[in-house]
Amino acid sequence: MTWVLSVLQVLGILIFVPIIGGLLTGVDRIISARMQSRKGPPLLQPFYDVFKLLKKEATTVNHATGYFVTGSVLFNILTVVLFCMGVDLLLCIFAFTLGCVLFVLAGYSSHSPYSFVGSERELIQIMCYEPMILIMAFGYYRVVESFNVGDAFTQNAPAIVKLPLIFLGLVYVLTIKLRKSPFDLSMSHHGHQEIVKGITTELTGTSLALLEISHWFETVFALGLVYLFFVYSAPFSWAVAAAICLVVFFLEIIIDNGFARVKWKFALTSSWIVIIVTGGANLMYLSLF
Amino acid sequence: MKFNKKSPWILHYDGSSCNGCDIEVLACLTPLFDVERFGAINTGNPKHADILLITGSINEQNVSVVQQLYEQMPHPKAVVAVGACACTGGIFKECYNVLGGAQAAIPVDIFVAGCAARPEAIIDGVVKALDKLK
Ligand code: SF4
Repeated sequence: MTWVLSVLQVLGILIFVPIIGGLLTGVDRIISARMQSRKGPPLLQPFYDVFKLLKKEATTVNHATGYFVTGSVLFNILTVVLFCMGVDLLLCIFAFTLGCVLFVLAGYSSHSPYSFVGSERELIQIMCYEPMILIMAFGYYRVVESFNVGDAFTQNAPAIVKLPLIFLGLVYVLTIKLRKSPFDLSMSHHGHQEIVKGITTELTGTSLALLEISHWFETVFALGLVYLFFVYSAPFSWAVAAAICLVVFFLEIIIDNGFARVKWKFALTSSWIVIIVTGGANLMYLSLF
Repeated sequence: MKFNKKSPWILHYDGSSCNGCDIEVLACLTPLFDVERFGAINTGNPKHADILLITGSINEQNVSVVQQLYEQMPHPKAVVAVGACACTGGIFKECYNVLGGAQAAIPVDIFVAGCAARPEAIIDGVVKALDKLK
């Protein structure tokens, strides 16, 4: 019977995660609009966009692009499924990275100068956040003494108590992963023009819709990482952790609206400085005490 | 439910104009009019666009550009000509290099009158163009 339960669990994840991700994006667009004293689109606008894109004509420059985009989406979905099933955190991170790499390849395969620039910038962005996510996994192991996501729920205290600096560093690089200004170099999700749309330049219809859905999964995974810092065995901490995820998301929206896009050099150096300082100090503390 | 009516992504092209209509198009994005209420986004990419908004007249040099933009847009798509210049050629009609309104290059679905066209009229034109998206 356990496998029936697992199948149901996976189905639940596949249905609810896109709904949560889409709603978060909708809330993001409304809050951003209100910050600019506009009314903003309806809450369900991201879903309207995706359903419209699914029905639009698909034009492809290179058939490989479609496969890369689909692969990227599948690995992002796999990441979230693995994460929600509570398996090894490292496995989630590797599946996630593979999804990102396929996304970069999708940009390269379309032979457009704009998506080339987008792909190059995406690679730099991966360089910016990947070390922090690995350091986070390492710190998590030191605290929980297991890489399993599920084991966070059996601890006596939340991981944040021992990993405060790593948490700060992670929030810094999450701005990159959530594709928020000032770090939305390779692909902005706002109605931007030209180069900021980067990798998506040549994508139409279904591919673009898939990418949007993929971004919803990415968002949920990114917030899932935040969630891991705050849960422990007490049931009320589940709700507290979820609330803190929403606070972090709101913070990212404020940052998104408050900062101009930076150059890639600043993105790279600043995130590495943050990673070395926060990650290094926190890991040193863990190994000393 | 017709989702393409709820999410019109707009591509704006400026032909030979005085820029009056362009400023009015951009005014639609400002807090006062805020077209994003209707899910509209001003995209810079023909491959993402549903509606091509043309301001200004068509001349010898931009005719091929407009045609290419139109061809790059995936179906279903609609074209809105904004302002007197895009409708007929307007005050530039008699110029030596001007071919006429947007229709000189591509089929136009909706004409929005005015010099300059008012933001309300432009939004109205876009909403009417949504009916053409089948
Ligand atoms: S219609 Fe009038 S305002 Fe608009 S571009 Fe032409 S001349 Fe300028």
